[in-house]
Amino acid sequence: MANETEIKYLTPITVETQRKKYCRFKKSGIKYIDYKDADFLLKFVNEQGKLLPRRLTGTSNKYQKKVAQAVKRARHLALMPYVADLLK
Amino acid sequence: MVRQYETVFIMTPVLSEQQIKETVQKYQSLLTESGAEIVYENNWGMRKLAYPIQKKSTGFYYLIEFKAEGELIAKLETAYKRDEKLLRFLTVSLDKHAIAYNEKKRSGGMRKQQEAAMAKQDTVKPKSQEEAEN
Repeated sequence: MANETEIKYLTPITVETQRKKYCRFKKSGIKYIDYKDADFLLKFVNEQGKLLPRRLTGTSNKYQKKVAQAVKRARHLALMPYVADLLK
Repeated sequence: MVRQYETVFIMTPVLSEQQIKETVQKYQSLLTESGAEIVYENNWGMRKLAYPIQKKSTGFYYLIEFKAEGELIAKLETAYKRDEKLLRFLTVSLDKHAIAYNEKKRSGGMRKQQEAAMAKQDTVKPKSQEEAEN
């Protein structure tokens, strides 16, 4: 019975040390997100041109709202697509 | 209250260079005559649209940054709406961060802009020729 508690692993267990997410705008001190810079905004959308959630990008709520606003403006000016396939 | 605004409009690609100049001038004079102060202008030139608008796949972009009273915006936008030469327009009021960003971009990041402009011209020119032939 005592052996049951001793679990032996064939390979050493890799403890998942999740890297702490951070808000890139807070970290680099960006105050304004430009809707004209479509290449930059591409980082915040998925392949279909949809906005990525905060839980994936780590953006803070304050700046996520600004990112969303900028992406919407860029879409209106046809700098970014509303719908796309294989954007990246 | 005087605020700083930024407006971008997209003209149809069927216009001749003369017509483009005229349209741009029309809005410039509309702004200056109603007491706005134009801070900055930028002609992005012919660009490919991310999706077709009115069955057009390209357009001439033009950006004007100006200081004006809020009432002028409504006037400007009705002029935009009545203009059939425009595909799209967007007017945005700039906060202090946006103004700082734009100024920095103008003074510091000019090299980037020029490169981007060069790249755009290279990619777009052949297309406009093709369309002219068709």
